[in-house]
Amino acid sequence: MKEHSVHIIPAKIYIAVGLGLLILTAVTVAVSFVDLGPYNITIALFIASIKALLVAFFFMHLFWDNKIYFIIFAGSLLFLTIFLTLTMFDTETRGSIYEEKSAPIRSEAPIYQSK
Amino acid sequence: MSDATSHATHVQHHFADAEQQRDSAKLGMWLFLLTEILLFGGLFVAYGIFRAWNPEMFFNAHKALDVNLGTVNTIVLITSSVTMALSIHAMQLNKRRITILFLLMTLVFAGVFLVIKYFEYSHKIELGQLPGKFYTFTGIPGSNPHIFFSIYFAMTGLHGLHVIFGMVAISWILRRTLKREFSAEYYTPIEMVGLYWHLVDMIWIFLFPLLYLIG
Repeated sequence: MKEHSVHIIPAKIYIAVGLGLLILTAVTVAVSFVDLGPYNITIALFIASIKALLVAFFFMHLFWDNKIYFIIFAGSLLFLTIFLTLTMFDTETRGSIYEEKSAPIRSEAPIYQSK
Repeated sequence: MSDATSHATHVQHHFADAEQQRDSAKLGMWLFLLTEILLFGGLFVAYGIFRAWNPEMFFNAHKALDVNLGTVNTIVLITSSVTMALSIHAMQLNKRRITILFLLMTLVFAGVFLVIKYFEYSHKIELGQLPGKFYTFTGIPGSNPHIFFSIYFAMTGLHGLHVIFGMVAISWILRRTLKREFSAEYYTPIEMVGLYWHLVDMIWIFLFPLLYLIG
């Protein structure tokens, strides 16, 4: 007979993680009222990521479970990152590409030649 | 030896044993959660693009959201995640009544979340802080503030639908728990609904700072 693979995690761990999440919520709200320029979004996302990992590892049991579930979870995040990064490269740099592409046309085409 | 477990009443005939059945359910559930992350992912990417294009407008428009209500909703949803986890924990120990109690608490917290969301929405509808062409509010400086509200309503609306569906799913397992269908040996549906509920919480963990706390 197979070993029963179900871990019964003590209830106090759930409560401790819940308290940790509430404290991090308080921290992120407090930090948002301080003007740190571009670091505000970085810190907010960093804290949100820690909270999300706490939820995934402890509430969703990834910490104790077979690693295949973690691989699926990490896979979704990997492809989301690719999606976000490549899209932002496009939308953020489109303008300069148009300018560069139009440079030879601007210098050659008669319509752009000033009289 | 294995006959005792493999022919337990809750094991479907196409599974070798209870553990394989549970692992299969969990694998399927995680694959579903993957599609959910990618579904919301599209909206997060849209958020990224429009915020990068209109940083000032996002900052001005986010002030129309109530940080206090957002914070309370975050606390409510985190607490509901704890009660959900505790309901599964109780079932692992065969404490059926405690499971029922915690599932009811989770339902109540989900309801509180939606009630607060309802007040936020109705306030915005009154002021005309609405998506796209329905936007009629004039108090936000900067160009295209309606884009912020398009994204706000799309993201929180889809999340709200997930909360509603989560409540349906929790009610379903609550009913089955009341009918004594679960025990310490078999509680997979509660666990799967729990995973779903935690994911809904996780998405809100990102929505809250991105929409309410633009610094």
